[in-house]
Amino acid sequence: MTREEIFEKVKEVLVDALAADDDEVTAEATLEGDLGAESIDYLDIRFKLEQEFDFKIADGELFPDDVGRNSEFVQDGKVTATGIAAMKEKLPHIDFTAFEANPEVGKVSELFTVDTLVSFVENKLAG
Amino acid sequence: MWIDRITELVPAERMVAIKNVSLAEDHLHDHFPRTETRGALPVMPASLILEGMAQTGGVLVGHAGAFREKVILAKISKAELTREAMPGSTLRYTATVQRMDSRGAATMGTVDLLDHAGSGTFEPIGEVNLMFSFLDQNMGAAAGFPDHNFVFGDAFKTILRTSGIAIPGEDD
Repeated sequence: MTREEIFEKVKEVLVDALAADDDEVTAEATLEGDLGAESIDYLDIRFKLEQEFDFKIADGELFPDDVGRNSEFVQDGKVTATGIAAMKEKLPHIDFTAFEANPEVGKVSELFTVDTLVSFVENKLAG
Repeated sequence: MWIDRITELVPAERMVAIKNVSLAEDHLHDHFPRTETRGALPVMPASLILEGMAQTGGVLVGHAGAFREKVILAKISKAELTREAMPGSTLRYTATVQRMDSRGAATMGTVDLLDHAGSGTFEPIGEVNLMFSFLDQNMGAAAGFPDHNFVFGDAFKTILRTSGIAIPGEDD
Protein backbone atom coordinates (compact mmCIF):
# COMPACT_ATOMS: atom_id res chain seq x y z
CA MET A 1 0.00 0.00 0.00
CA THR A 2 1.45 3.40 -0.95
CA ARG A 3 1.68 6.30 1.49
CA GLU A 4 -1.02 8.10 -0.51
CA GLU A 5 -3.34 5.12 -0.21
CA ILE A 6 -2.69 4.94 3.53
CA PHE A 7 -3.39 8.68 3.81
CA GLU A 8 -6.77 8.26 2.08
CA LYS A 9 -7.78 5.47 4.46
CA VAL A 10 -6.56 7.39 7.51
CA LYS A 11 -8.53 10.36 6.26
CA GLU A 12 -11.69 8.24 6.07
CA VAL A 13 -11.08 7.08 9.64
CA LEU A 14 -10.69 10.66 10.88
CA VAL A 15 -13.69 11.99 8.98
CA ASP A 16 -15.73 9.24 10.62
CA ALA A 17 -14.25 9.40 14.13
CA LEU A 18 -14.05 13.19 14.46
CA ALA A 19 -16.92 14.22 12.19
CA ALA A 20 -14.30 16.26 10.32
CA ASP A 21 -14.78 17.65 6.83
CA ASP A 22 -12.76 16.04 4.04
CA ASP A 23 -10.82 19.21 3.32
CA GLU A 24 -9.90 19.73 6.98
CA VAL A 25 -7.96 16.47 7.06
CA THR A 26 -4.62 17.57 5.65
CA ALA A 27 -1.29 15.90 6.39
CA GLU A 28 -0.26 18.78 8.69
CA ALA A 29 -3.54 19.03 10.63
CA THR A 30 -3.17 18.32 14.36
CA LEU A 31 -5.70 15.87 15.74
CA GLU A 32 -6.60 17.96 18.76
CA GLY A 33 -6.03 21.58 17.74
CA ASP A 34 -7.23 21.41 14.13
CA LEU A 35 -9.60 18.47 14.08
CA GLY A 36 -11.04 18.78 17.60
CA ALA A 37 -10.12 15.34 18.94
CA GLU A 38 -10.91 14.72 22.62
CA SER A 39 -9.51 11.99 24.84
CA ILE A 40 -12.05 9.29 23.92
CA ASP A 41 -11.47 10.01 20.24
CA TYR A 42 -7.92 8.65 20.54
CA LEU A 43 -9.36 5.28 21.54
CA ASP A 44 -11.93 5.52 18.75
CA ILE A 45 -9.19 6.32 16.21
CA ARG A 46 -7.16 3.38 17.48
CA PHE A 47 -10.11 0.98 17.16
CA LYS A 48 -10.95 2.26 13.69
CA LEU A 49 -7.33 2.00 12.47
CA GLU A 50 -7.19 -1.58 13.76
CA GLN A 51 -10.35 -2.39 11.85
CA GLU A 52 -9.32 -0.58 8.68
CA PHE A 53 -5.81 -2.02 8.46
CA ASP A 54 -6.39 -5.34 10.21
CA PHE A 55 -3.66 -5.07 12.84
CA LYS A 56 -3.60 -4.71 16.61
CA ILE A 57 -2.34 -1.61 18.39
CA ALA A 58 -1.07 -2.08 21.95
CA ASP A 59 -1.63 0.41 24.78
CA GLY A 60 0.76 3.32 24.38
CA GLU A 61 1.93 2.22 20.94
CA LEU A 62 0.15 4.93 18.97
CA PHE A 63 -0.28 7.68 21.58
CA PRO A 64 1.68 8.05 24.83
CA ASP A 65 -0.45 6.88 27.73
CA ASP A 66 1.69 7.67 30.76
CA VAL A 67 3.52 10.94 30.14
CA GLY A 68 1.28 13.08 32.33
CA ARG A 69 1.16 10.55 35.14
CA ASN A 70 4.84 9.86 35.55
CA SER A 71 6.69 12.40 37.69
CA GLU A 72 9.99 11.39 36.10
CA PHE A 73 8.61 12.44 32.74
CA VAL A 74 7.14 15.80 33.67
CA GLN A 75 8.56 18.53 35.85
CA ASP A 76 7.42 22.15 36.13
CA GLY A 77 5.00 21.74 33.27
CA LYS A 78 7.66 20.48 30.87
CA VAL A 79 8.46 17.03 29.60
CA THR A 80 11.90 16.05 30.90
CA ALA A 81 14.74 14.69 28.80
CA THR A 82 13.93 11.26 30.27
CA GLY A 83 10.31 11.69 29.21
CA ILE A 84 11.25 12.72 25.69
CA ALA A 85 13.67 9.80 25.41
CA ALA A 86 10.94 7.40 26.57
CA MET A 87 8.46 8.83 24.07
CA LYS A 88 11.00 8.66 21.26
CA GLU A 89 11.62 5.02 21.99
CA LYS A 90 7.93 4.14 22.17
CA LEU A 91 6.75 6.38 19.34
CA PRO A 92 9.24 6.19 16.48
CA HIS A 93 6.59 7.48 14.05
CA ILE A 94 6.73 10.94 15.61
CA ASP A 95 9.13 13.76 14.81
CA PHE A 96 10.13 15.42 18.09
CA THR A 97 12.52 18.01 16.61
CA ALA A 98 10.34 21.10 17.07
CA PHE A 99 8.92 19.88 20.38
CA GLU A 100 12.35 19.45 21.97
CA ALA A 101 13.02 23.17 21.66
CA ASN A 102 10.10 23.91 24.01
CA PRO A 103 8.78 20.68 25.53
CA GLU A 104 5.72 22.05 27.35
CA VAL A 105 3.27 19.36 28.41
CA GLY A 106 0.45 21.31 26.81
CA LYS A 107 2.18 21.02 23.46
CA VAL A 108 2.37 17.21 23.48
CA SER A 109 -0.92 17.08 21.60
CA GLU A 110 0.60 19.11 18.78
CA LEU A 111 2.90 16.17 18.04
CA PHE A 112 -0.04 14.20 16.75
CA THR A 113 -0.88 15.13 13.21
CA VAL A 114 -2.59 13.27 10.41
CA ASP A 115 0.86 12.65 8.95
CA THR A 116 1.90 11.02 12.24
CA LEU A 117 -0.88 8.49 11.89
CA VAL A 118 0.08 7.80 8.28
CA SER A 119 3.69 7.14 9.36
CA PHE A 120 2.47 4.92 12.17
CA VAL A 121 0.37 2.81 9.80
CA GLU A 122 3.18 2.70 7.25
CA ASN A 123 5.60 1.40 9.93
CA LYS A 124 3.09 -1.15 11.17
CA LEU A 125 2.36 -2.50 7.71
CA ALA A 126 6.08 -2.74 6.99
CA GLY A 127 6.35 -4.90 10.12
CA MET B 1 -33.60 2.20 34.62
CA TRP B 2 -34.31 2.72 30.94
CA ILE B 3 -34.45 -0.96 30.12
CA ASP B 4 -37.04 -3.29 31.63
CA ARG B 5 -35.58 -6.70 30.97
CA ILE B 6 -32.58 -8.33 29.40
CA THR B 7 -33.80 -10.99 26.99
CA GLU B 8 -30.48 -12.29 25.69
CA LEU B 9 -26.86 -12.09 26.72
CA VAL B 10 -23.96 -13.66 24.89
CA PRO B 11 -21.07 -12.63 27.15
CA ALA B 12 -18.65 -10.13 25.61
CA GLU B 13 -20.51 -10.36 22.29
CA ARG B 14 -24.11 -9.27 22.29
CA MET B 15 -26.97 -8.24 24.53
CA VAL B 16 -30.64 -7.66 23.84
CA ALA B 17 -32.94 -5.71 26.16
CA ILE B 18 -36.49 -4.45 25.94
CA LYS B 19 -38.22 -1.35 27.21
CA ASN B 20 -41.98 -1.03 27.39
CA VAL B 21 -43.10 2.54 26.78
CA SER B 22 -45.89 3.42 29.21
CA LEU B 23 -48.15 6.40 29.62
CA ALA B 24 -47.61 5.98 33.37
CA GLU B 25 -44.15 7.49 32.89
CA ASP B 26 -44.37 11.12 33.94
CA HIS B 27 -41.94 12.44 31.38
CA LEU B 28 -44.26 11.44 28.54
CA HIS B 29 -46.75 14.01 29.82
CA ASP B 30 -44.25 16.75 29.14
CA HIS B 31 -42.93 15.31 25.91
CA PHE B 32 -44.83 16.85 24.25
CA PRO B 33 -47.57 18.69 26.14
CA ARG B 34 -50.73 20.10 24.60
CA THR B 35 -50.38 23.44 22.84
CA GLU B 36 -52.98 25.93 21.67
CA THR B 37 -52.95 24.40 18.22
CA ARG B 38 -52.73 20.65 18.92
CA GLY B 39 -53.33 18.06 21.60
CA ALA B 40 -50.65 16.39 23.72
CA LEU B 41 -48.21 14.17 21.84
CA PRO B 42 -46.67 11.66 24.24
CA VAL B 43 -43.61 9.99 22.68
CA MET B 44 -40.51 8.44 24.18
CA PRO B 45 -37.77 11.11 24.12
CA ALA B 46 -34.96 10.20 21.72
CA SER B 47 -32.40 11.06 24.41
CA LEU B 48 -33.88 8.36 26.65
CA ILE B 49 -33.81 5.85 23.79
CA LEU B 50 -30.09 6.59 23.57
CA GLU B 51 -29.84 6.05 27.33
CA GLY B 52 -31.60 2.70 26.91
CA MET B 53 -29.01 1.67 24.37
CA ALA B 54 -26.24 3.02 26.61
CA GLN B 55 -27.50 0.85 29.47
CA THR B 56 -27.74 -2.17 27.16
CA GLY B 57 -24.23 -1.68 25.81
CA GLY B 58 -22.91 -0.66 29.21
CA VAL B 59 -24.15 -3.82 30.92
CA LEU B 60 -22.81 -5.94 28.05
CA VAL B 61 -19.37 -4.36 28.37
CA GLY B 62 -19.44 -4.28 32.18
CA HIS B 63 -20.48 -7.94 32.38
CA ALA B 64 -17.58 -8.91 30.08
CA GLY B 65 -15.20 -7.57 32.72
CA ALA B 66 -17.12 -9.02 35.68
CA PHE B 67 -18.21 -5.45 36.55
CA ARG B 68 -14.72 -4.57 37.76
CA GLU B 69 -14.48 -1.57 35.44
CA LYS B 70 -16.41 1.66 35.86
CA VAL B 71 -17.90 1.71 32.38
CA ILE B 72 -18.81 5.25 31.34
CA LEU B 73 -20.57 6.31 28.16
CA ALA B 74 -17.94 8.47 26.48
CA LYS B 75 -19.08 9.02 22.93
CA ILE B 76 -22.13 8.64 20.72
CA SER B 77 -20.49 7.74 17.42
CA LYS B 78 -23.76 7.43 15.55
CA ALA B 79 -27.42 7.92 16.41
CA GLU B 80 -30.21 7.63 13.89
CA LEU B 81 -33.85 7.15 14.81
CA THR B 82 -36.49 7.13 12.13
CA ARG B 83 -39.74 6.66 14.04
CA GLU B 84 -41.40 7.78 17.27
CA ALA B 85 -42.04 5.27 20.07
CA MET B 86 -45.57 5.80 21.35
CA PRO B 87 -46.97 4.62 24.71
CA GLY B 88 -48.02 1.00 24.49
CA SER B 89 -45.14 0.06 22.22
CA THR B 90 -42.03 -1.96 23.03
CA LEU B 91 -38.49 -0.92 22.19
CA ARG B 92 -35.83 -3.55 21.67
CA TYR B 93 -32.16 -2.66 21.98
CA THR B 94 -29.53 -4.98 20.51
CA ALA B 95 -25.94 -4.04 21.33
CA THR B 96 -22.95 -5.84 19.81
CA VAL B 97 -19.35 -5.42 20.91
CA GLN B 98 -17.37 -4.14 18.00
CA ARG B 99 -14.06 -3.74 19.80
CA MET B 100 -13.00 -3.95 23.43
CA ASP B 101 -9.62 -3.60 25.13
CA SER B 102 -8.17 -2.57 28.48
CA ARG B 103 -9.16 1.10 28.02
CA GLY B 104 -12.67 0.90 26.69
CA ALA B 105 -15.10 -0.53 24.20
CA ALA B 106 -17.05 0.32 21.08
CA THR B 107 -20.53 -1.10 20.51
CA MET B 108 -22.87 -1.13 17.55
CA GLY B 109 -26.56 -1.12 18.23
CA THR B 110 -29.90 -1.46 16.54
CA VAL B 111 -33.20 -0.18 17.90
CA ASP B 112 -36.38 -2.04 16.95
CA LEU B 113 -39.96 -1.11 17.73
CA LEU B 114 -42.93 -3.36 18.32
CA ASP B 115 -46.13 -1.41 17.78
CA HIS B 116 -48.73 -3.65 19.38
CA ALA B 117 -51.47 -1.93 17.40
CA GLY B 118 -49.48 -2.17 14.17
CA SER B 119 -47.75 -5.04 12.44
CA GLY B 120 -47.26 -6.98 15.68
CA THR B 121 -43.61 -7.61 14.87
CA PHE B 122 -40.42 -5.76 15.73
CA GLU B 123 -39.36 -3.36 13.01
CA PRO B 124 -36.01 -1.54 12.87
CA ILE B 125 -36.24 2.16 13.72
CA GLY B 126 -32.63 3.14 14.22
CA GLU B 127 -28.96 2.58 14.84
CA VAL B 128 -26.94 3.78 17.81
CA ASN B 129 -23.18 3.20 18.00
CA LEU B 130 -21.43 4.05 21.24
CA MET B 131 -18.04 4.19 22.90
CA PHE B 132 -17.44 3.39 26.53
CA SER B 133 -14.45 4.42 28.58
CA PHE B 134 -13.12 2.45 31.55
CA LEU B 135 -12.80 5.28 34.00
CA ASP B 136 -9.97 3.99 36.19
CA GLN B 137 -7.86 2.92 33.21
CA ASN B 138 -8.08 6.32 31.56
CA MET B 139 -8.23 8.74 34.47
CA GLY B 140 -6.11 6.87 37.02
CA ALA B 141 -6.25 6.97 40.80
CA ALA B 142 -5.28 10.64 40.80
CA ALA B 143 -8.74 11.53 39.50
CA GLY B 144 -10.09 10.70 42.96
CA PHE B 145 -12.98 8.42 42.04
CA PRO B 146 -14.11 6.06 44.80
CA ASP B 147 -12.98 2.43 44.77
CA HIS B 148 -16.44 0.90 44.67
CA ASN B 149 -18.09 0.54 41.30
CA PHE B 150 -20.68 3.31 41.51
CA VAL B 151 -21.65 2.83 37.87
CA PHE B 152 -23.31 -0.52 38.37
CA GLY B 153 -25.51 0.09 41.38
CA ASP B 154 -28.51 -1.74 42.78
CA ALA B 155 -30.80 -0.94 39.86
CA PHE B 156 -28.44 -2.66 37.44
CA LYS B 157 -28.04 -5.65 39.73
CA THR B 158 -31.79 -5.94 40.07
CA ILE B 159 -32.38 -6.04 36.35
CA LEU B 160 -29.66 -8.64 35.90
CA ARG B 161 -31.21 -10.83 38.58
CA THR B 162 -34.79 -10.38 37.38
CA SER B 163 -33.58 -11.28 33.90
CA GLY B 164 -32.02 -14.47 35.22
CA ILE B 165 -28.42 -13.43 34.68
CA ALA B 166 -25.83 -14.26 37.31
CA ILE B 167 -23.71 -11.32 38.45
CA PRO B 168 -20.05 -12.27 38.10
CA GLY B 169 -18.33 -12.18 41.46
CA GLU B 170 -21.61 -12.13 43.42
CA ASP B 171 -23.69 -15.04 42.18
CA ASP B 172 -20.87 -17.40 41.19
